[in-house]
Amino acid sequence: MIFLDNLINGLSLGSIYAIIALGYTMVYGIAKMLNFAHGDVIMIGAYIAFCGLQYWGLPPVIAILAAMAVCTLLGVTIEGLAYRPLRQATSLAVLITAIGMSYLLQNIALMIWGANPKSFPRTFINGASIRIGQLSISSATIWTILANIVIMVALTLFTAKTKMGKAMRCVSEDRGAAELMGINVNRTISMTFAIGSALAAIAGVLLCSSYPILQPTTGSMPGIKAFTAAVFGGIGSIPGAMIGGVLLGVIEIFGKAYISTELGDAIVFAVLIVVLLVKPTGLLGKPVREKV
Amino acid sequence: MSQVKRRANVKMVPLQSDAIVPERDIDKAPVLEARHLGIEFGGLKAVDDFNLTIGRTEIAGLIGPNGAGKTTVFNLITKVYEPTMGAVLINGHDTKGLSIVQASKLGIARTFQNIRLFDQMTVEENVRIGLHNQIKYDMATGILRLPRYWKQEKRQHEKALELLHIFDMEKLADETAGSLPYGVQRRLEIVRALATNPSLLLLDEPAAGMNPHETEELMENIAKIRDQFQIAILLIEHDMSLVMGVCEGICVLNFGKVIAKGTADEIQANPVVIEAYLGKKKEAQA
Amino acid sequence: MTKAKRNRLIYNIVTFALVIGAFLLLQSMIANKSITRSLKGQLVPICCWVVMAVSLNLVIGISGELSLGHAGFMSVGAYTGAVISGWLLNAHGVDNTTLRLVLAIVAGGMAAGVMGALIGIPVLRLRGDYLAIVTLAFGEIIRNLVNVLYVGVADGRLTFSFLNKSMPEGVTMLVDGAKGAVKIKPISTFTAGFVLILITLIVVLNLVNSRAGRAIKATRDNRIAAESMGVPVTKYKMMAFVTAAALAGMAGALYGLNSSTVVPTQFTFNQSINVLVFVVLGGLGNVLGSVISATLLTVLPEMLRAFSDYRMLVYAVVLILVMIFTNNPLIRSVLSSAVAPIKRALRGKKQGGETA
Repeated sequence: MIFLDNLINGLSLGSIYAIIALGYTMVYGIAKMLNFAHGDVIMIGAYIAFCGLQYWGLPPVIAILAAMAVCTLLGVTIEGLAYRPLRQATSLAVLITAIGMSYLLQNIALMIWGANPKSFPRTFINGASIRIGQLSISSATIWTILANIVIMVALTLFTAKTKMGKAMRCVSEDRGAAELMGINVNRTISMTFAIGSALAAIAGVLLCSSYPILQPTTGSMPGIKAFTAAVFGGIGSIPGAMIGGVLLGVIEIFGKAYISTELGDAIVFAVLIVVLLVKPTGLLGKPVREKV
Repeated sequence: MSQVKRRANVKMVPLQSDAIVPERDIDKAPVLEARHLGIEFGGLKAVDDFNLTIGRTEIAGLIGPNGAGKTTVFNLITKVYEPTMGAVLINGHDTKGLSIVQASKLGIARTFQNIRLFDQMTVEENVRIGLHNQIKYDMATGILRLPRYWKQEKRQHEKALELLHIFDMEKLADETAGSLPYGVQRRLEIVRALATNPSLLLLDEPAAGMNPHETEELMENIAKIRDQFQIAILLIEHDMSLVMGVCEGICVLNFGKVIAKGTADEIQANPVVIEAYLGKKKEAQA
Repeated sequence: MTKAKRNRLIYNIVTFALVIGAFLLLQSMIANKSITRSLKGQLVPICCWVVMAVSLNLVIGISGELSLGHAGFMSVGAYTGAVISGWLLNAHGVDNTTLRLVLAIVAGGMAAGVMGALIGIPVLRLRGDYLAIVTLAFGEIIRNLVNVLYVGVADGRLTFSFLNKSMPEGVTMLVDGAKGAVKIKPISTFTAGFVLILITLIVVLNLVNSRAGRAIKATRDNRIAAESMGVPVTKYKMMAFVTAAALAGMAGALYGLNSSTVVPTQFTFNQSINVLVFVVLGGLGNVLGSVISATLLTVLPEMLRAFSDYRMLVYAVVLILVMIFTNNPLIRSVLSSAVAPIKRALRGKKQGGETA
């Protein structure tokens, strides 16, 4: 029974990682950069939803939509102001900028909402638990897993069927060629950030529904772990992000349960290191050859 | 110029079945032997059954239309890629499983199609990297500034200037490599490659972006380098005047396969080559 | 002497002169008691952060790899230093604080260097963003591990325990899990810090202008070309990484022995980012810049309350702006065309002076 409990908790946590990992994997696949600030967009999304629910008395669905709108805008703004000027720069410069952006968001949140942790309000997401025999599954878990599946299917269809989705795949394969084919690369990258950031808002709400402590650093650790998940699954691959996220969530919960609570993070990072050494392209990633 | 022509008319002698090297190199072990060399990229044979023998002091050319696999051959010889078929022998050593660094130590040096200098370092420092395995001292000697440090640094400096003199570039020694004009960067790449004391120098489109005058100068310099250092040179080039003027043996590649081999005259008369190059040849004659 | 060589010599002389001058000035201020209390308390930490910044610059600016786990090496040094110092005092009765400090710093450097080598072997096979994220991961793993580390000393012997708090009777705890290294006798001195800075500068500056240093820079500028010239890339990346880790470990030992406790939360990812800010603001590859920025950014928060409150916000903006300004081709060309007339005027003056 404890095993099943852990498994379900792992799936739930893993689904959150998967949704966050999608943002990383799409941006990495298309803009070829590690958007270090992605985790902090999650945190901002959670704060907006928190304000909507707590202060403005919005219905939960509207609060979530507001968070998504703000995050989308935020993601596009960050990309346009900080990352676009560095399109030709080295990955070192871009990564340092992204780290700066991550800190900027955390400190802005600190100025607006303060350092004291906020308790995320209860919504329909954390409603009554479902009992199956002795097993009790929280409503947040069900919503999280459900959201993960819906998002995954929607994104897969989007990239396969729509014009913008195809443009994204083109840019990710060969930016120069895509540009020559008349694809607006800047707009495509903006769109990628918009989608990733909207998903980040959802992830933020789900994360805080399961772990209701909200503070400016809430997003950073899940962010880094979700990047780990994206690498695990194979960066650039949408199903890879899902598999990587879920596996990582399960590994983390089991590691905490059966090895050591204090070493939970260390175990997750050890997984990252082992994956990168054994199969640097991840489970579903394609090898990249450097052109000489 | 006259010297170049004389070299080009050297009679080719068969070494193995279809290998040809200049007569003067026939008794010496070849610098490079590629035997049935091939590589596949996801099912696509980029190079297939490639055979080439290069003599001790031969200047050879590798030509072919864009995408024929010329640079891939270079990458196979220098171990950037591991071949999926066949073998590369450098000075008689099988290079199977070797790294790029090990291939360099066997006596191979190259330049790159899209120039790869150490942009933030000075011209002299770039050449000194070429001397890395020629004039050595260890890290501790460098940090503690032991007498050996001063001695070896002086030797490196002198050797670097001596090499830069080939292209009259001593004055540029302190310039940052990345800020140099394109043609000078190409020449610096050749100097840097020579600094590794190679027995085979691979030049990937050395005349790209040069005007006819510069190309002619380069042609003379290539012959001069071979005579001075007594090394073999294999070059990829699209400029036919350069290839025909300086190369003793020419190998024509198309779709990853060798379609012809021989001297400049033989290649120019070869109907298969003419077919592959039809447009270009007419233009060149016009 | 060539122009490049002369410029390098001037740069090195200025760097050393500045450090030695600052040390003498501060020593005289201490002697005639004109130094403020808060600044005096900052002296050893300043030395530590300068060493941290210069050593990280070796990895980022000179070797061209973004390491985000530098604080992890500092913590290894701090813990090792605290344990060695405690052990020497408790088990061997070494009363001479200078000897203890030197041995602790050397041990801290060695431990961090070994850790750097262990981490470097897997990490340096990776490139770019992956390498950065894995160094971050290692930094966090180190922090996680010291969080559950217990070290005690009794009867001249060190007792280590992992995850398990229970220790035999009569043991003096040196490291107590999440409480960190406890009951440290502070023995660090400003002079020791100054000497450590000098050692760091000699190591880094001499390395950069040597065969090994050029090989490191070549691997940064163009990996494939460096390999093609016969430079074993991984070996030289490793050299830079391990040297930097050892220097960070020495700084950590000095830092740890400056206070009575060292806790794991002092060496988080945030601390690595602080050092990164020093390096970026001082200029990638610019050692003198790192010295100056580390000093100023350590002193400023103490002096300006307002700066202290908004420190992290300012750091974040600094990181972004410096990167955009130094890497955007358009902005760079605008900047350089603005600076060009000034440069020309200066050069004209100088040349005029020389001919006259």
